[in-house]
Amino acid sequence: MVFRCFMEVGWVTYISFGPPTGKLVRIVNATAQNRALADGPCTQVRRQAMPFKSMQLTDFILNFPHSAGQKYVRQAWQKAGILTKWAATRWATWIEARERKTKMTDFDHYKVMKVKKTRNNRIIKLHVRKLQKAALLNVPPKKAPAAKGPAEAAAKFPAKKMAAADRKAPTQKDPHPQKLQARMQRLQSLRKVRNLQPRNHLL
Amino acid sequence: MKASGTLREYKVVGRCLPTPKCHTPPLYCMRIFAPNHIVAKSHFWYFVLAAEKDEEVFGEIVYCGQVFKKSPLQVKNFGIWLRYDSCNGTHNIYREYRDLTTVGAITQCYRDMGTRHRAWAHSIQIMKVEEIAASKSHRPVVKQFHDPKIKCLLPHQVLHLQHKPHFTTKRPNTFF
Repeated sequence: MVFRCFMEVGWVTYISFGPPTGKLVRIVNATAQNRALADGPCTQVRRQAMPFKSMQLTDFILNFPHSAGQKYVRQAWQKAGILTKWAATRWATWIEARERKTKMTDFDHYKVMKVKKTRNNRIIKLHVRKLQKAALLNVPPKKAPAAKGPAEAAAKFPAKKMAAADRKAPTQKDPHPQKLQARMQRLQSLRKVRNLQPRNHLL
Repeated sequence: MKASGTLREYKVVGRCLPTPKCHTPPLYCMRIFAPNHIVAKSHFWYFVLAAEKDEEVFGEIVYCGQVFKKSPLQVKNFGIWLRYDSCNGTHNIYREYRDLTTVGAITQCYRDMGTRHRAWAHSIQIMKVEEIAASKSHRPVVKQFHDPKIKCLLPHQVLHLQHKPHFTTKRPNTFF
């Protein structure tokens, strides 16, 4: 493992615990082996001694000598645009996403569930259609009437399950002929039926 | 004295009460490092009694005020001259610390003496504290920080927060 980042004067670090948690500071000087003098003029962190353990190095460095005054740190910080760069990093977006997740209400959870469901259904439908196309290319046209048998068995199931299958039927424009469309619908209902088989624990 | 928490610096001025023998007794001024002003006054009398030796002392505190930090945002090197009692005898020691404030350095000193020499706070007497220039420092622990390009790695960081869920299925992350 090659180390690029060191605890050094000039590095901008993220504070992981302690009073200024979640803020960025620049290491101004090393006080001792385990403490540094850190300053965050643009992130509302007073210049103070901070343990290295609470710091996590970012990719940003403000290069100028140690023990520079707060004024110079602020100038360099604003010139480099550290905060905008930080907000664009994946780290910062991950933190924000995590924060938003903890603040989710029940309604937000519902919205997410709905979006996930539509997205997953779209993916499943895409794959089912791909499989069906492949199957149609392989299967000869004689076997088409035999597929009606399982479709009759499906008809014996309660109405709402068939309604579910109908809802899941492809709504996109189909370039294939009518017969093929009916066959695809039957295949889909078959798939639905197979999923409703009882689990082993009942036997 | 119990050196609890971060110590504070007090300037304590006191004198013995005027007696028919001595109408204007001399004022003693001391720089005391103590957790609070009560302990500071007590510690002041400890030194005065030690100085007066066999005589009984009836005295008064003329002034006891906290001395505030000079420049708490600059890292400084401190030389501390102290005297402590060990198991075998009394010794003089000179120690160096790097800190932002005098009181920070003195607190570090008390902790350090306890660790390295098993010297309890009551057996330590601070003789002198002085801010020293980088060129005048002797100890390599302090001198190593006089390199402007000093850098260190923290490759395996064991943080106390890692024990937050005591029972977990995930291994803690030690690389940041």
